[in-house]
Amino acid sequence: MDNKKLSWFGRVKDSDIYYSFIKSPTAIVSAVLLIIIFFCSFFVEFVVPYNPFDPSSLSLMDAFTPPSWTEDGLAKFILGTDGQGRDMLSTILYGSRISLIVGFSAIIFSLLLGVSLGLTAGYFGGKYEMIIMRLTDVQLTVPSILMALLVDGIARGIISREMHDEMAIYVLIFAIGISEWPQFARVSRAATLVEKNKDYVSASTIIGVSNILIMFKHILPNIMRPVLVIGTIGLALAILAESTLSFLGVGVPPTTPSLGTLIRLGNDFLFSGEWWITFFPAIFLVILAFSINLLGDWMRDTLNPKLN
Amino acid sequence: MSFLKINNLSVDYKMRRETVYAAKNINIEVSKGEILGLVGESGSGKSTVGNAIINLIDEPGKVSNGSIHLGEVNIHKDPENIVKYRGKKIGLIFQDPQTSLNPIFTIGEQLIETIQTHLNLSTIEAKNKAINLLKEVGIKDAEIRFDNYPHQFSGGMRQRVVISLALCCEPELLIADEPTTALDVSIQSQILDLIKRLTKERNLAVILITHDMGVIAETTDRVAVMKNGNLVEIGPTKEILTKPKEIYTKSLVSSVPPTNKKIERFKIIEKENKSQSESNIKILNRWTKKEIVNQDLVQVKNLSKTFDDNFFTENTKNSVMAVDDVSFDIKEGQSFGLVGESGSGKSTIAKMIVNLFRPSSGDIYFDNVCITKIKNNKEMLKFRKQIQMIFQDPYSSLNGRLKVKDIVAEPIKLHNPSITSKDIDSYIYDLLESVELTQQSAERYPHEFSGGQRQRISIARALATQPRLLVCDEPTSALDVSIQAQILNLLKDLQEQLNLTILFISHDLPVVRQMCDKIAVLKNGQLCEVTNTEDLFIKPSHEYTKELLRLMPKIESIYS
Repeated sequence: MDNKKLSWFGRVKDSDIYYSFIKSPTAIVSAVLLIIIFFCSFFVEFVVPYNPFDPSSLSLMDAFTPPSWTEDGLAKFILGTDGQGRDMLSTILYGSRISLIVGFSAIIFSLLLGVSLGLTAGYFGGKYEMIIMRLTDVQLTVPSILMALLVDGIARGIISREMHDEMAIYVLIFAIGISEWPQFARVSRAATLVEKNKDYVSASTIIGVSNILIMFKHILPNIMRPVLVIGTIGLALAILAESTLSFLGVGVPPTTPSLGTLIRLGNDFLFSGEWWITFFPAIFLVILAFSINLLGDWMRDTLNPKLN
Repeated sequence: MSFLKINNLSVDYKMRRETVYAAKNINIEVSKGEILGLVGESGSGKSTVGNAIINLIDEPGKVSNGSIHLGEVNIHKDPENIVKYRGKKIGLIFQDPQTSLNPIFTIGEQLIETIQTHLNLSTIEAKNKAINLLKEVGIKDAEIRFDNYPHQFSGGMRQRVVISLALCCEPELLIADEPTTALDVSIQSQILDLIKRLTKERNLAVILITHDMGVIAETTDRVAVMKNGNLVEIGPTKEILTKPKEIYTKSLVSSVPPTNKKIERFKIIEKENKSQSESNIKILNRWTKKEIVNQDLVQVKNLSKTFDDNFFTENTKNSVMAVDDVSFDIKEGQSFGLVGESGSGKSTIAKMIVNLFRPSSGDIYFDNVCITKIKNNKEMLKFRKQIQMIFQDPYSSLNGRLKVKDIVAEPIKLHNPSITSKDIDSYIYDLLESVELTQQSAERYPHEFSGGQRQRISIARALATQPRLLVCDEPTSALDVSIQAQILNLLKDLQEQLNLTILFISHDLPVVRQMCDKIAVLKNGQLCEVTNTEDLFIKPSHEYTKELLRLMPKIESIYS
């Protein structure tokens, strides 16, 4: 109780989460990697010297330059260039920005949808709960990538051809988001069932607090821990889902390529010896997803009250 | 000649911020045929000592000093060797009989396995031995029960099985860690009698760890009092309880509610809060005090509640009758006690009175209005304001994500929407000071407080709506006895000053005797009798009440 007057930063430094973070090398390494990736992706204009989507800066003479350390490599293209002479490093970072935006938006969308449905289902119970939970059961029997393909296909049918490229990114966010929400609904419902039987909820009911306030002011903050943990792991899944869809050609269009699109484009050159065009985006994707998963694992272990 | 000798035992827990000394230089000796009570409040290190004997200290704790001799052998010399003694020479009984038996094996299999691990016997011999043991601990039809699974036994029977498991390899030392805390009074006395009998018959050395002074008084020969890892006092039970030398022991003995008389207030020798302010109930200035009218504030009429345990079938075959046709009245300004063992339906009644459950049939009248028929939310809010509740578990009854300030402010804002923020702050401070907490507490989170302080916050929250009826559902059963005395004193003061009506629910008869004017005794959802407190304790009329009174552990038994 002697630490009541601490600044915000002081409180963070004092917390158990910070302590366990400092003690875990995997968490530190993955966090540092992620910070670098996030920074380079979101401030890509200032990080890399080329804009691969500005046609005036491209030269077909530079096409298919191998990475700089190989025999024919050029120092100015560290990871080589693709078939149109675009610098691979710049393209990857631009692509990873698209992937991250889609991944984050999709996971936030499904988190909002899943948590609000799961929370209300757990709190009110009865027929409403049964309908919501059977709905998640049904959706969990369909692989999420198929679900996303289905949504994408329907959207293609509805949206006109001219509009399609513009709308593609929103359709993708919606498709991935809608395929991930059952996870959040189940976890938040289970946590709500535990919390709503605790006495502090009864106390609020007796005081006369309304159901909405009890759910969002009292229960919601108490169920956020498990939700954030699966949210982190879900983020990696969402990024992978985006790449898969783009690889299959139903994701973002090649004019604004994401990591998946880059892998698909490079895939054609794999057997003609230009391995770097597909290899580097792929390895970048692996590092990204792996770091997020490691960080998620660490979070799960740290925030799990049973393990402490 | 002492059988178990603990010399200078110290146990440390190296935590992140500091090292916790759970036991400091403990010296205890136990002879054969003797029961030593190890008593102390939570966190006093009494269980640590018990676990240290058999080297079952959890990480990151470790025995940092001292030795433990069993007979002539130093059993801590070789930590690998302790496994040989565990179970064989030292038997263990834990608190919760639900978790100390493996649910997927029959008790016979568990007994035979334990016997064969330590003794070189054939399966048939082991089985005979196991059946004899079950008979010895008082299980009827032992041959048939031998093949039953743990869930087929009641709590008390299961604890008997645990005792037979502890005894099956002829141990010479028995460590019982709160063996009766999870059990009802009537079963508790049977188990304690069993332990006493076995101690004499088998010439065992027994360490009985408990927090219950009544159990200590009735069962043990000698007692060791512990506090914060230190051994405060050790000696013959009678001497310690009647003529305690140390201040701590004195305060512990004086805060135990006496079973044979009613006292005005508990004498508090050591206080949890330093401020020695004489109960200044600041909230009084704001309280719109209602004069006590001589009328029934609460009338409960033919109340019943059934729970359906099957979700899909709606027939009443599977339903459990939790409350069965209960009627009683509570006069305004009265303290009304509701007493019963676990499962008697006392909490269910409380939850129906505060409108958390709807009764299956019957009505509850509050101030002559039937509150069970109200559908309108606005109408309900008027009654919510007047009926508040204090819960048993101080840890789950406060939302850990909110500051104390916000917890107490919630009911104030809800029932006075027009209140200014400055006024709210002073209101909160008044409330906190009324329950003897400092103003600084307002800025803190619940986890920074002890159980007793949390219970005070809970009371402050309940008082924030200025209720007329306060329902207290076992408000002190999760607290240590000295804290319990303080909370009970506080409730008494508040009731006197604020003209509160209290419905006090407890399984603890001595506590109810101190708190209540009138008592209702419940059994299996049915009312046994409703009488004035003194009449109930002096001349109980119902058989069940007589039984309860006879079996409750009495600290006074030591004087006779």
